[in-house]
Amino acid sequence: MLFFSYFKELVGKEVTVELKNDLAITGTLHSVDQYLNIKLENTRVVDEAKYPHMLSVKNCFIRGSVVRYVQLPPDGVDVDILHDATRREARGT
Amino acid sequence: MASDIGLDSLIDQTISVITNDGRNIVGVLRGFDQATNLILDECHERVYSTKAGVEQLVLGLYIIRGDNIGVVGELDEELDSNLNLSSLCAHPLKPVVH
Repeated sequence: MLFFSYFKELVGKEVTVELKNDLAITGTLHSVDQYLNIKLENTRVVDEAKYPHMLSVKNCFIRGSVVRYVQLPPDGVDVDILHDATRREARGT
Repeated sequence: MASDIGLDSLIDQTISVITNDGRNIVGVLRGFDQATNLILDECHERVYSTKAGVEQLVLGLYIIRGDNIGVVGELDEELDSNLNLSSLCAHPLKPVVH
């Protein structure tokens, strides 16, 4: 739940999602769900020359299970709030 | 807790699916479920190679199991028609490694 809530805070920000097949997609975070599936808008592939497979795709849905990394904007993290939320979550389990 | 984002907005649209084995399948999304199983109508596979242009294999009406789905992209028909697939060479996509 923590990461789901965290990603909801990041809606509207530019992120780069690196997938487990090494493909990396940059776009604006449109929405996220409980499975951490990600919907991106205005997408462009990071290495377009190497991966022209998604040239005609500008909005996409990425299944949570194939995400390796989500690269965030440097100012996207409020460390204190995250620390508090993590402590609360740890206490709960 | 129901899924907040669905593929609702993509129903009856042409979509480009990237599967876990590195395939690219293009078709019209007719249905989906919580496990991301998809029903794809009028679909074809786009096979990329470095030696020849893109090869399109006609498939028809398919169900793709959610386990195998990586990316579901909304295909912009205008952008797609501007592409010259027969001269597009690229390495095939890598399979997903968990």
